[in-house]
Amino acid sequence: MYEGMIAPMGVMKRVSLVFKSKANKALDRMEDPRETLDYSYQTQLELLQKVRRGVADVATSRKRVELQINQLQQSSDKLDRQARDSLSAGREDLAREALVRKSGTTSQMNDLNVQYASLQGEEEKLTNASQRLQAKVDAFRTRKETIKATYTAAEAQTRINEAFTGISEEMGDVGMAIQRAEDKTEQMKARAGAIDELMASGALDDVVSGPRDDIQAELDRMGATHGVDHELERIKAELDQGSAPRQIEGTGAAGEAQPAAPAQPATAAQVADQPRTGDPQ
Amino acid sequence: MIIRILGEGQLRVDDSALSELNELDARLGAAVEGSDEAAFTAALAALLGRVRAIGAPTEPADLEPSALILPQADATMDDVRGLLTDDGLIPG
Repeated sequence: MYEGMIAPMGVMKRVSLVFKSKANKALDRMEDPRETLDYSYQTQLELLQKVRRGVADVATSRKRVELQINQLQQSSDKLDRQARDSLSAGREDLAREALVRKSGTTSQMNDLNVQYASLQGEEEKLTNASQRLQAKVDAFRTRKETIKATYTAAEAQTRINEAFTGISEEMGDVGMAIQRAEDKTEQMKARAGAIDELMASGALDDVVSGPRDDIQAELDRMGATHGVDHELERIKAELDQGSAPRQIEGTGAAGEAQPAAPAQPATAAQVADQPRTGDPQ
Repeated sequence: MIIRILGEGQLRVDDSALSELNELDARLGAAVEGSDEAAFTAALAALLGRVRAIGAPTEPADLEPSALILPQADATMDDVRGLLTDDGLIPG
């Protein structure tokens, strides 16, 4: 069966031997076999707590990334609306700027989505690891009590070694899984922190909604200009109906405004209020 | 025999699969020796895929140590090198 193995021992076997060697060294350090059982059980409980904390930490990181993705999505939607508004207002330059910024938020979102999936994967792995470890720790506790009750110290040794080696392997595996998850969440925390800081500093306000959103300001200004022009036209139309001699201006627009007035009696009535409310100011 | 895939748990695999798995494992070892990233990724995926396909999960409460241990699916070559040394990745 091993004829193909002229090369050094395979990876799988070597890894398992390293695990066993760690367990043996730990066993060698224990003097009293029964003490080994209790001590190991304590360590197992601590590791269980650690892996549960690990699950919670990863979940927290995942939620934070999720929040940032949502914020970026809102910015992206807003920039998209602004691009459309700009285009319908005939401002292709503004639309282009909005779309450039939108593509910036899109690439950040893509990046965060990858991080999110990665954290979700870690969370699932750690949750499973926690369940596997819990099952083995429970089994170990039962085995421990049986060994203590049934066997003499000498007889117990072999059984303790078996149980200890088995659970050590699981603990080693879980320990590394926790380490990997911690490394990943640390990286994510650093990146998420950097994005939060950027948002707080205002450096991203050009991309995200914020006080320096100049596209919106320009659109507002255009909107306001449009509204003012419209209002002026209406006021001129009302004044030029001739029956409202309280104002002296408005003669220039007479020809254009007059024909519209009969068709819009309601408008004329509404507009008629405006000079009055405006007068005292 | 029992094979552990790190991060996934233990699987019971029929002994008759050993020579086939050893072949895949030899490719993995050669890739690590030769620092061949592409070959490493392919060999690890092949080995894990085969073990998952023919293995059945053990009872979670089983305390039996594994005869063979495989690196986790997203392991890098450095991770594997770390697993192969006494003072490497494995805690304890």
